[in-house]
Amino acid sequence: MAKPTEPISACLRATRDLTPDVRLFEIEPDSPLVNLGPGSHIDVLVPTDGRPQLRSYSLAGSCADGLYRIAVKRLASSRGGSIGMWRLKAGERLTIFKPKNSFELSYDRPDYLLLAGGIGITPIYTMALALKQAGANFRLLYAARTRRDLAFADELATSIGERLQLFVSEEGQRIDIGGEIAQLDARGELYVCGPFGMLEAAKQLWSQSGRPAAHLRYETFGNAGRLAGAPFKIRVPRLGLEIDVPVNRSMLEALEDAGVDMIFGCRRGECGLCVLPILEASAEVDHRDVFFSIEERAMNSRICTCVSRAASGFLTIDTPDRTPNQRLSQRLSVQAGGLHKIRE
Amino acid sequence: MNAPKTFPLNAWYAAAWSHEIAPELSARKICGKDVVLYRRTDGLVAALEDACWHRLVPLSLGHLKGDDVMCGYHGLVFNSAGRCSYMPAQKTINPSACVRTYPVAERHRLVWLWPGDPALADPAKIPDFHWNDGTEWVGDGGTFYQLKCDYRLVVDNLMDLTHETYVHAGSIGDEAITAAPFDVTHTDNTATMTRWMMDIDPPPFWGRQLARPGRVDRWQIVTFQAPSIVVGDVGVALTNTGAPQGDRSHGVSGAFLAAISPETETTCHYFWNFVRNYRKDDAQLTSELQLAHVNGGAGVYDQDHRVLEAQQAAIDKNPRSPFYDLNIDAGALWARRLIDRMMANEHAPVIADVAAE
Repeated sequence: MAKPTEPISACLRATRDLTPDVRLFEIEPDSPLVNLGPGSHIDVLVPTDGRPQLRSYSLAGSCADGLYRIAVKRLASSRGGSIGMWRLKAGERLTIFKPKNSFELSYDRPDYLLLAGGIGITPIYTMALALKQAGANFRLLYAARTRRDLAFADELATSIGERLQLFVSEEGQRIDIGGEIAQLDARGELYVCGPFGMLEAAKQLWSQSGRPAAHLRYETFGNAGRLAGAPFKIRVPRLGLEIDVPVNRSMLEALEDAGVDMIFGCRRGECGLCVLPILEASAEVDHRDVFFSIEERAMNSRICTCVSRAASGFLTIDTPDRTPNQRLSQRLSVQAGGLHKIRE
Repeated sequence: MNAPKTFPLNAWYAAAWSHEIAPELSARKICGKDVVLYRRTDGLVAALEDACWHRLVPLSLGHLKGDDVMCGYHGLVFNSAGRCSYMPAQKTINPSACVRTYPVAERHRLVWLWPGDPALADPAKIPDFHWNDGTEWVGDGGTFYQLKCDYRLVVDNLMDLTHETYVHAGSIGDEAITAAPFDVTHTDNTATMTRWMMDIDPPPFWGRQLARPGRVDRWQIVTFQAPSIVVGDVGVALTNTGAPQGDRSHGVSGAFLAAISPETETTCHYFWNFVRNYRKDDAQLTSELQLAHVNGGAGVYDQDHRVLEAQQAAIDKNPRSPFYDLNIDAGALWARRLIDRMMANEHAPVIADVAAE
């Protein structure tokens, strides 16, 4: 989202349910399809109850037939994107953006380990097919909560056979990530896409194995953390503001909604540009970014506002706004005749 | 509006001579892609996109730290797989930070680069250029880097050697070339122009190579390998000694080798060599042959160079003027047909625009 690409109008050609709560969307762009290979994603302008929201979805499959395919998991607690997507019907028009790839697959490694959890299978599925076609040496370990949650499992079993290993956590199956890393060729790469805990574990175990950090490949859209999303409040004493952060808005969005001038880059917890100092936290802070190191997170002195949240209660933060003698609330009420979310 | 493409991306193109790539950063543009090449400590060549992920400054302006490239602007480091391994002023590395890598392979004393979809880069598809290995055939060639013409104009030039009569009069040019019939054949990825000039006086260049009196049979068997390789089997043998039937023992054989890599739509890098399988240990002859081709404007390829750049300049001035074809263009037209087919396959049904960002 840092550098928005051109909007493309498109048509939702068909949908198909892969699991009880994962739906595949086949999207046909009006302009010629651009294929950036495995790991690429498109941004979709998702109609929601409020204003349309931009959401990033990994592309599933090769796009060889001119269709973009995305898989969307319906999440009751989400920021609203998945519900909006699930309301769409075949034949409806929608706005998407040209693909980008920040999770690019290499082809020159002697060995690959692919690790997917839940809906994280989407880019990993595409990678597995590509590595299979390229004749590469790889394994895919795919975990889901129940057997019914294993989207793409049949397709994968057919195309990659024994390279696929499934893990159903409800049945007590767990991936031994550390053991699997140990078996990987020293020049191999690990690709991870899955829930926050899986990525955290993979990062930690990879680091402990002493392998080059650059050979651990992952992508996160910053939409999940250790804790479930919940509403909370932000206090900004310097500006005299108290802002509600609803469950379906990020802290950054809530600050922007309240008129706070923010600098940002990726909006997915990678670049660190929207970081603000934490002055006080009444509840646990759920750091969902990949910008801070584990040690920095533990210090809890700064927060990546685009993805991270407080579990509940109040989060008191500071801003870099040093405009003299004016409380933001006064400035804003003069400009806009008052904004709902602002209270003194 | 986009100009029509002139080259397929899914192909191996010569990017450098092997001896040119050392453990230091070398910039090249191949098929419109800016690339930085270097030799790793394990001896293999790495090829990265020549633009830092952060602010696009060419990485070739930075420096090599072991096998990694450090950007000369803010110190970001990328390994030879294009993955960022260091970012300034933070404890972590943004996982999105990568630069594209290009498949590369060394063969036949050249570094070959695949600018297209890396998943399709099969080293078995590297063109047959074995005449350049320096063993069975010998010769010292060179490169016209950034020749100011569409690479297909060079292919045209080499697939029709009637131009020798006019461009290279006094060396390899000869009226006999235009008088002799020729034959053009093709496969699904090659086109071959064969011309035999029977019982002629050898042109000055070949007379000196043969160094024996008498009339000769002269041959030119020029093979194009799509999309950008031309190898010409050329030579003379004393007439009536069976050369057309395959006995070249009474003659001399050479081969002109051309790997022509598009730099842009209207410029190219022309890697050339002229090799022979006679007097292989004669270093002075090797040097003479090199100078016969490129010699500060006096060599035969210097003559081609002038014609080709003038032709491109004229095309640029007359963008809507078509070419008109003669029967001598059959070899070139087959070559272009094969190139067009590669490009059509590449664009259907999807635009495989792997470097669109």
